[in-house]
Amino acid sequence: MQDFAQSFLLAGGLILEADPALVEIVLLSLQVTLSALLASALIGLPLGALLAVTRFPGRRALVVLTNALMGLPPVVVGLLVYMMLSNAGPLGVLRLLYTPTAMVIAQTILITPILIALTRQVINDLDQEYAETFRSLGVPAPTAIAALLWDGRFSLVTVLLAGFGRAVAEVGAVMIVGGNINHVTRVMTTAIALETSRGDLALALALGLILLTLALAVNALTSLINAPARMSGNVRRA
Amino acid sequence: MHQFNRLFARTILGAGLALATLVAPIASAQAADQFIVVQSTTSTQNSGLLDVILPEFTKKSGIEVRVVAVGTGQAIKNAANGDGDVLLVHAKPAEEKFVADGEGVKRFDVMYNDFVVVGPASDPAGIKGMTDAKAALAKIAEAGSPFASRGDDSGTHKKEQALWKLAGVDVKAAKDWYRETGSGMGATLNVAAGMDAYTLTDRATWLAFQNRGSLEIVTQGDDILFNQYGVILVNPAKHPNVKAEAGQAFIDWLIGAEGQSAIAAYKINGEQLFFPNATATN
Repeated sequence: MQDFAQSFLLAGGLILEADPALVEIVLLSLQVTLSALLASALIGLPLGALLAVTRFPGRRALVVLTNALMGLPPVVVGLLVYMMLSNAGPLGVLRLLYTPTAMVIAQTILITPILIALTRQVINDLDQEYAETFRSLGVPAPTAIAALLWDGRFSLVTVLLAGFGRAVAEVGAVMIVGGNINHVTRVMTTAIALETSRGDLALALALGLILLTLALAVNALTSLINAPARMSGNVRRA
Repeated sequence: MHQFNRLFARTILGAGLALATLVAPIASAQAADQFIVVQSTTSTQNSGLLDVILPEFTKKSGIEVRVVAVGTGQAIKNAANGDGDVLLVHAKPAEEKFVADGEGVKRFDVMYNDFVVVGPASDPAGIKGMTDAKAALAKIAEAGSPFASRGDDSGTHKKEQALWKLAGVDVKAAKDWYRETGSGMGATLNVAAGMDAYTLTDRATWLAFQNRGSLEIVTQGDDILFNQYGVILVNPAKHPNVKAEAGQAFIDWLIGAEGQSAIAAYKINGEQLFFPNATATN
């Protein structure tokens, strides 16, 4: 099991010398996942909030559906997006297969249900506090949703981080729609899969450690930005 | 409450701008140079061959080669969907069918190596040193020693199925000794190393593979273990998106003198992985 020690050394070495191949892969990982996160935030946050504050027939069923879709298997998402974007598929003319854009689309589909479901829960809890007030003031629904999203922003950051974590760590979808093409669509997870299949377990694990470090850095950064804001927010509210 | 609306609008606007800046470099990176997509097999990638020879072609032609490395079965399927310009795989009957179906233009031999049976050093089936592949497999079945099969319709899997048939072993009826991994060559070697199982692998992947555990080559040298690679241009008449000119330029280079000598020059630890044989047969 000297692989473990070797992996830490390798990971450290790769980071210290800022290996150009590694930098490229890390940047593409971040670019793809952050794009997907942004796109699904634009879709998921408003939809989740809407689902929380409105009442309509079939709403319960929709809530159950989005909750269930949180468990979407990445490889199934990859397959569906592949079939759509393939030259033999309906969207083949867009020529998006084996591009980072295809990977963004797949990850967006994968994490949007997570953002909708978790946002709905956060906003739902807040809404129970505010619903009475909104009603007595006659606040229109869009304004209420905007207010609730703003008020729940700290919890929603955690929601976004959940989406980020799921997207940055998945391999099944991006492998199929991206093709793991060197310098074009190779990201951290597909590189790890490749090194594993080459039997270079130490390098694979080293890349895994770097991915973990990356996730840790993103979370730490968010926490740093969030902490002072949260405090001043509390002061204002008090 | 007005401020919330404004804030909401600003957030949306900001997020939209951020999205635009994130996606923009992706789009511009794609517009760079001319490129082709090659649907190929994991053995050509895992062995490191393509990483070495493709830059030579790109340098000469200005055409970037993007390789999607999957099993031969999936590569052929992807190419039949028009999702690639060139097919570079190793399952001759399936390749000929691909051309006969009108999906490909013409098939060319490129290079060959051979398959080997690897197994644990303890060799429970007692086949070490055998050169008759089908007899060796029959002994594995007889002994009920674990055998890890690709089970993924790849070129290697097709070869393995043909060998079992020749050996007179019905693996569909096999008990727990026959284990289908349903994954690539490297993943299957990892499994075989983990459970001390025998498996069939192409020599190139084996030579480049680093997590061997106690595995070693037990059977090799049978003519039937010959492993031929072929290259085919995906038919532009059927798939209009195919970059026929660039794709053909790549094929011409690969089966021409420069490509062939680049293939011959690729070695790991002094051992040649692929043997060019385009001129011999084309």
